[in-house]
Amino acid sequence: MQFWIIQGLNSLSLGGLLFLLASGFSLIFGLMRLANLTHGAFFMLGTYFGATAMRANSDLSIWTVAVSAGVAVAAIGGLFERLVLTRLKTNPLGQVLVTLGMSFIISDACLALWGGDSIPVPTPQNLQAPTRLFGFVFPTYRLVLVGCAITAAITLYLLLERTRLGAMIRAGVDDAQMARAVGIPVANLFTIVFCLGAGIAGAGGVLGGPILSAYPGLDADMLPLALIVVILGGIGSLLGAFIGSFIVGFIYTFGTALFPELAYIILFLPMILVLALRPQGLLGRLGA
Amino acid sequence: MPISRRQFVSTAAGAGIASVAAPRLTFAQNSGPIRIGLLAAKTGPLASGGIDMELALTMFLKERDNTLAGRKVELIVADTAGVPATARTKAQELIEKNNIHCVIGPLAAFEALAIADYLTEKEVPTLGVAAAEDMTQRHPSPWFVRLTSTSAQCAYPLAEYSAKELKYKKIVTIADDFAYGHEMCAGFQRAFEDNGGKIIQKIFTPLATPDYGSYVAQVKSADAIFLGTAGSNGFRFLRQFIEYGMKDKMAVIGGMTALDESVLRNMGDEALGILTTSWYSAELDNAANKVFAPAFRKQFKYDPGYYAGSTYLSGQVLEAALTTTKGNVEDKKALMTAIRGSNADTVRGLVKFDDLGNVIGNVYIRKVTRSDGRLVNSVIKTYPDVTQFWTYDKTAFLKNPVYSRDYPPAKYLEP
Repeated sequence: MQFWIIQGLNSLSLGGLLFLLASGFSLIFGLMRLANLTHGAFFMLGTYFGATAMRANSDLSIWTVAVSAGVAVAAIGGLFERLVLTRLKTNPLGQVLVTLGMSFIISDACLALWGGDSIPVPTPQNLQAPTRLFGFVFPTYRLVLVGCAITAAITLYLLLERTRLGAMIRAGVDDAQMARAVGIPVANLFTIVFCLGAGIAGAGGVLGGPILSAYPGLDADMLPLALIVVILGGIGSLLGAFIGSFIVGFIYTFGTALFPELAYIILFLPMILVLALRPQGLLGRLGA
Repeated sequence: MPISRRQFVSTAAGAGIASVAAPRLTFAQNSGPIRIGLLAAKTGPLASGGIDMELALTMFLKERDNTLAGRKVELIVADTAGVPATARTKAQELIEKNNIHCVIGPLAAFEALAIADYLTEKEVPTLGVAAAEDMTQRHPSPWFVRLTSTSAQCAYPLAEYSAKELKYKKIVTIADDFAYGHEMCAGFQRAFEDNGGKIIQKIFTPLATPDYGSYVAQVKSADAIFLGTAGSNGFRFLRQFIEYGMKDKMAVIGGMTALDESVLRNMGDEALGILTTSWYSAELDNAANKVFAPAFRKQFKYDPGYYAGSTYLSGQVLEAALTTTKGNVEDKKALMTAIRGSNADTVRGLVKFDDLGNVIGNVYIRKVTRSDGRLVNSVIKTYPDVTQFWTYDKTAFLKNPVYSRDYPPAKYLEP
């Protein structure tokens, strides 16, 4: 029983982490039709920012740091979109390549700046003590992380469904040409969404830090997870990314616990199934 | 710089009739600098160790005014990026373009294996750091020595210590799912079970594991957990292990890289009390290390560990061998014989080699303590002159298959 409850909570916390990682990716993919391969690097940048800030001043709260790192990464993402991506807008493959190149640049810069060691992001003081529930122990921070993901999901949902900006983004996702025709500034929208996506990744990087730590290669470990979640959940669907994150969290956690030999492929099996049976993803809005 | 006739002749000889004639030509002696090639991963995920390897070796040479046995030394560092194919290209470059006389490194077993045959074919004396067992067991090379440890060499003493002195009965092992982890855990298991202990669970995690939570939750109840990890993965696992409150339930012990100084400098009080085993510690109390460790710390603001220690050690063994050959590196056979006959007093203590080229030297059981405000691995017990075969008979040992995920079989795994 304890096994199921602990691993269930583990799945939820991993799912929460994955949503913070993948929602930005999904947002950008949905509107811009761009597989942003810099996404893992943005996430890692957030983790490094968080680790550095909290090492320099241990009194900072992780929430403040997450928001600041999010803003910083959003700014970097915005510059990248404006200065590089827009110049390649007629060349979608070139755009994907340049995001890959950018991820290499960021990871090498991180290595030069922070060296090769793993740097921890400290768990917030008041969340360090494990939670004791019905006689077993679980790290409190992981539970809080699920809360973070749900809060982020609700905020994003409200932003997309209840604001004018959200309406414009949705219009852009459904039909960019038509949106342009009715006077929606799609180019600006691209920048805003790219900043937003990068910012969520940066903030997610800080929040995931206490579990992951900042280390060279974090970007490459994270990017495939974002891809899997988005492919599973469906491109351009926030709810899809949300459900996809938790499905992947459950499959990964129980998969590695029950069938450790399959640890390498456990994440790709559901992806292959979905691609074979429902190529647009569970809740995809786009045709394949 | 005008090229003297001698230099010209020696270069021509080196380039033209390299492997046949060059070793026997003695006129080349003292005709130019000794060229040492260092293969180190300075970029990519192994960069932390690779950078330390370069810093320590550079420091070693600087202390000697870039002169060994009366000859100038030129160090050529090649970045392998932690990729076997790159290691191969760089090794070729070092040998064919830079005409190096010997190689130090590389760090990772898969890099070392990728270049082993090539270095043997080119007959280049190599002072190895990587731990892959068979490089000095079933597939030794006359041109290769290892100065650090095989994957399991340092694990044996800790296994005995756990069973005999700590009285542990049941241990869980965890390591990265590649040869280094397999071999180390296998050696630990063998020695621990031969001393009456039981390994009740062996966990191997993929190199890219996003979340260790699901593995931590699987750990069965035991006296201790043995970490056969290296670099960031072990560090991440350990942090999660502590977050789950597991460190209150069982002791943590580790192999030679699990709580290396490079990991310790990013940890806090949670690491206190953990026992690990290694051929080195920045805290070692010997004459050579009393010079090295404080100087390294002064210059780079952190303690040297496994990787920095390994190349400094290589430098010391090489220096001793060069003293024997009176600075002659052109006679590669003589140089190799001198290296293999080493009796050098180094930062890890006295270093000798067995006939397969693997080091025989002290192994230290260390405990994480706080000293001057920083975490250190203080030595609590020394196992003198440990060989790669531990207490086992060499012939029988070599008849067995090499250690792996499933060999020797674990008899006491709990369902």
